[in-house]
Amino acid sequence: MHRLLGVDAEVDRDQGLTKRTEPRTPTRRLQLSAALHGRPRLKLALLLVPPIVWIGVIYLGSLTLLFASAFWRVDELSGTIVHDWGLQNFRTIWENEIYHTVAFRTIKFAAAVTVIDIMLAFPLAYYVARIARPKSRPVILLLIVMPLWSSYLVRAFAWRTILSHNGVLDWATSKLGLGAIGIGYSDTAVLIVFCYLWLPFVILPIYTALERIPSSLLEASQDLGAKNATTFRRVVLPLAKPGIVAGSIFSFALTLGDYIAPSLVGKTQFIGNIVKDNVGAANNAPFAAAYALIPVAIMAVYLTVARRMGAFEEL
Amino acid sequence: MESKATRVLVRTAAMLVLAFLYIPLIIIVLYAFNGSISQSWPIQHWSLEWFSRAWHDQAVRDALLASLKAATGATVIALLLGSAAAFAVHRFKFFGRDAVSFALVLPIALPGIVTGIALASAINYGGDLFGMQFGLFTVILGHATFCIVLVYNNVVARLRRTSLSLVEASQDLGADGWQTFRFVVLPSIRTALVAGGLLAFALSWDEIVVTTFTAGNVQTLPLWIYGAIRNPQSGRGLVNVVAMAVMLASFIPVYFAQRLTRQTDAMGTTGL
Repeated sequence: MHRLLGVDAEVDRDQGLTKRTEPRTPTRRLQLSAALHGRPRLKLALLLVPPIVWIGVIYLGSLTLLFASAFWRVDELSGTIVHDWGLQNFRTIWENEIYHTVAFRTIKFAAAVTVIDIMLAFPLAYYVARIARPKSRPVILLLIVMPLWSSYLVRAFAWRTILSHNGVLDWATSKLGLGAIGIGYSDTAVLIVFCYLWLPFVILPIYTALERIPSSLLEASQDLGAKNATTFRRVVLPLAKPGIVAGSIFSFALTLGDYIAPSLVGKTQFIGNIVKDNVGAANNAPFAAAYALIPVAIMAVYLTVARRMGAFEEL
Repeated sequence: MESKATRVLVRTAAMLVLAFLYIPLIIIVLYAFNGSISQSWPIQHWSLEWFSRAWHDQAVRDALLASLKAATGATVIALLLGSAAAFAVHRFKFFGRDAVSFALVLPIALPGIVTGIALASAINYGGDLFGMQFGLFTVILGHATFCIVLVYNNVVARLRRTSLSLVEASQDLGADGWQTFRFVVLPSIRTALVAGGLLAFALSWDEIVVTTFTAGNVQTLPLWIYGAIRNPQSGRGLVNVVAMAVMLASFIPVYFAQRLTRQTDAMGTTGL
């Protein structure tokens, strides 16, 4: 508020006592301000048009084009996209075993990653929310948030180095007398890396949910004679559920769409790899668009269910 | 409520999970000092050689410049459009207001590959219509699309906590619209703007999926890293150093954004 000095500087100077000799000529800025005054619709339009054009036209337009192109096909001779509408891409998906296998593998991995991440996330989230000293809380939160926002590719690359032949993991298991475990470029490697990459996304919503539970609620449960385990099961867990569901949205959605991690640490294909290959090497963008609709459709269902479970308040 | 044993147990588990989060990052840092061509562990000899090689490598320099340009461009657009949308949604009631935040979050809620190929097909279409070409401009276009929501979320959260009476007071004291904005509104949302901008920069800085589909021949740092990982001949030693540099550089904006929004706005997963 003290920055308002800029506004009343003139009043300050003469204490408002001197009679003003010249009338102030309205500046262009004042004219603009006057033009906008009392015209909320105009102001709204000025504010809203640029973002609406960007997201509404460029982005939603692109998405519409993508969905439309799922019904187009590529001319085999010229390699160009032909706009005759049909279900040929979906028929290809339906009739080829490989596309089912890849889709189910991806969904299976997404589910496994989600379950593992929840189990890993819960103790850390619980520790930060309820056990850690208030002083160390922001530090640990920062440690969780930093990997979330940064270097997803680099973090996947780190695991390629760790898991590769004669890498850190092989060395560690040999030291433990287990021999080189050698899981580089396997499905296990992909699973570990997915779990690792999305873990911070799962921790934070669970933390948010746990942190909101008032201590008095837990005390009440104890006063009413519940054992610790009962309090946990009947009070903490139900209240943490929206956070858990919110976290699972991330781990599930991110696994469904990713192709980078499998291409760096694995050998098998996931939905993302098929989409990527069809846009690139195979030059069949319409088929890629059709196949990409699978994760979109799954997430649409998932989000509808999650919304019912109150997950959106934790995001 | 927890017994002593439970607390110790939870604490141990929490520390193990934290270690799981950070060991790979430490590995990245260590390997940057790897003097040998082999990626095996333990590192045979330590060296700073790859640092100067990376610094003088033309492809790495070009990629660094492209990444900086893309992130700056995307951040500027995100700041302008994100805050405009935030003001519109906060100050006005209009038809479809709820749809705005949904549409803004969509580019980041959908898998990156969907956003990527959607934009790619649109750019191809734009190429047919009016000669649009893949390049730095299309990278910025793609990044800005998913960065807008970060600024929007931060600013809208701040505006909700800022009392409208300050604005009214300013107007009563005779300030015009610009002065009210400059001296009352802007100071109150400044840190939210900076935090949103920093996060937008961080997200753009190491984004790879959308970039892959919108870049054409432009190479950003993540694209360079990805190429170098898959083609070991081209830069085994270099990629360790560049990867570490990209990671540490992305920590800086995130750290400051977190400090600016700590306790006040929800940063964490908001908008993702």
